[in-house]
Amino acid sequence: MSGVRQVVGMTGDEAVAHAVKLVNPDVVAAYPITPQTIIVERYSDFVNNGEVDTSFISVESEHSAMSACVGASLTGARVFTATASAGLALMYEILYVASGMRCPIVLAVANRAFSAPINIHGECTDQLVCRDASWVSLFGESAQEAYDETILSFKIAEHPDVMLPAMFGIEGFIVTHALERVETLSKQQVEDFIPASRIVRDRFCPDENKTFGSLVLQDYYMEIKRQQEEAMQNAYKVTEDAMQEFSEMSGRKMEIIEKYQLEDADYAFVSYGATAGNAKAVVDRLRAKGEKVGALKIRLFRPFPSMDIFQALSGIKAATILDRSATFGSPGTIVQTDIASALYGKENVPSLHGYINGLGGRVLTLPEIEEVYEMSKEYNNIGMTSTTDWVGYRK
Amino acid sequence: MSIVLPKVSVKDLQEWSKLGEVFTSGHRLCAGCGAGAMARQVTLAAKALGDPYMFVNATGCLEVASTVYPYTAWDAPWLHNAFENAAATASGAIEAMKSMQRKGLMKERNVNMIVFGGDGGTYDIGLQSLSGAVERGHDFLYVCYSNGAYMNTGIQRSGGTPQGAATTTSPPGTVIPGKIEWQKPLAEIMAAHDIPTFTASPAYPRDLMAKVQAGLKHDGPAFMLVDSPCNLGQRYAPDISMEIAKLAVKTCFFPLFYTYKEEWTLTGISSRLAKNPDRKLPIEDYLKPQGRFRHLFKPEWKKKLIDIQDTVDEKWERLVKKATCV
Repeated sequence: MSGVRQVVGMTGDEAVAHAVKLVNPDVVAAYPITPQTIIVERYSDFVNNGEVDTSFISVESEHSAMSACVGASLTGARVFTATASAGLALMYEILYVASGMRCPIVLAVANRAFSAPINIHGECTDQLVCRDASWVSLFGESAQEAYDETILSFKIAEHPDVMLPAMFGIEGFIVTHALERVETLSKQQVEDFIPASRIVRDRFCPDENKTFGSLVLQDYYMEIKRQQEEAMQNAYKVTEDAMQEFSEMSGRKMEIIEKYQLEDADYAFVSYGATAGNAKAVVDRLRAKGEKVGALKIRLFRPFPSMDIFQALSGIKAATILDRSATFGSPGTIVQTDIASALYGKENVPSLHGYINGLGGRVLTLPEIEEVYEMSKEYNNIGMTSTTDWVGYRK
Repeated sequence: MSIVLPKVSVKDLQEWSKLGEVFTSGHRLCAGCGAGAMARQVTLAAKALGDPYMFVNATGCLEVASTVYPYTAWDAPWLHNAFENAAATASGAIEAMKSMQRKGLMKERNVNMIVFGGDGGTYDIGLQSLSGAVERGHDFLYVCYSNGAYMNTGIQRSGGTPQGAATTTSPPGTVIPGKIEWQKPLAEIMAAHDIPTFTASPAYPRDLMAKVQAGLKHDGPAFMLVDSPCNLGQRYAPDISMEIAKLAVKTCFFPLFYTYKEEWTLTGISSRLAKNPDRKLPIEDYLKPQGRFRHLFKPEWKKKLIDIQDTVDEKWERLVKKATCV
């Protein structure tokens, strides 16, 4: 099979389930939540039809899902789970336990808006607010990227220089439920990419009288936290290498940031996830009108690729940051404030114009994105170096 | 299928005490703490069975006092995750080991998994995760050591706090004399999951250890509720912890029994009290030595004491009616 490209029509959720099937983890502990449900439904099919030999634990909550994942991971097992929105929020406490105990759990997030008001549609706030939990964090634009990042995440998380959990997000319904073309990999390709052996670590198992989850006070706590930061820093290079290896294996170019028509651009869109597709489409429309504009897509959100973003935006006059996430009382959109930090004090960097948009699955149309682009240019022309607006709502 | 309690003799205890402690000295539990005695008895009973054993511990006194980094009191595989998720954590570890055994990544054998949680971590914040894990049928023995309040955080009221007890969040006020409600019927709730359910006291080690072994031998989840005296939170002198624990049983406030499906069986002192009701002690004998009940002995709360006695009697009679004695 190796080397033969198979193309299958799959939704984003199905793509994740099929990719996990190739990995065949030891444990999947998960709780259903829209729009993640197809992932756990398909995977349950694989388990009950004997296509994988994973232990599937259908827990009674997301809190227990992540708790069971931690228990499983510490025995040395390969572990996967998936959630969205409220489910991720319910896991939040144990996200920190998972990273603090260095459990390389892989988590698929079907990005969905938070309540209230309750809403089931696409929005990335759920994942973005986990930015400080010491999880590697990636976003995918399409079902293909969902498929690829599923497999990639195991490689990054389990790397001995990282040993941190990893989450990747695809937007609810927009990607999770949209049928798309997906190039699949063979079982052999995935087995070659991800080591067959399980991680080497201190294990919670009958042969090792070891204590996990001690009470650590002022005298040691900070050293342990510092080790997590070093692991997170290592994750950058590990991700870069893993993406390179994945690109060679799959024939699909995979990079920490994706640059689209940026070489000669004066203006740029910055986005992540499904919005990046729209941004690229708008670049094509604007280019046709003679605008020198390009697009930057962020795939790796944590560790934040500050240097890549600085280099990509160097020489750009104004950047339009499309952020499908909500934040209140903040100096900018969530991703905008990160970019501002990355660029602060550097020469030859663009003015930053953040736009909170698309909340609760609201669509920001291509003409609206063009309008936003014009706004950014205007702000830049009058010398405003940083602005933040909400767009695409009834005033 | 019914539960068979192994006979544990004094000679067995002597032999087992030579096996070497699993919960070792050096921990920082208070002098007089019942949880330490409970942990030694549970772990030794597990060790005596011969199969490998592992422990998951919810946040609480036993956890914080036994694993102050970089030290540990556990000569065993031991894991703490968080407060409300000990059973879920154990279910992950159990299924992971099963899966890796199936794939040839881990040696195949029986492993006895024991989960410890206090009353806060079990009656209250951890009940959902425990109920879920039991419904899924993971093979573990969950031991709830109830000292009747959130003792670790400074004696706050829990669902396991007895009626009338003074805690820092149910203080003996001029209008409300301590905790208003009776305890949640935790053993009955767990028994309703159709799993072997035991009650035990560290004051009766042979009874407790026999029940631990029966619970571990059972294929599937089992639950044990242990009355764990706490001199600090229940307010009495540290040298009478075991006396207090005995009085809880002798007043029928905390009966010793086990149950599985239709079968309810009283054990030890409780069995004898069922046969000789005149030897049952009044509840005041249990309440009086404890500072947490001192206010109930003021004249204005006399009715409260009578109410507590009535409830103890009613619950005991209900249990005796459905139980057999050994």
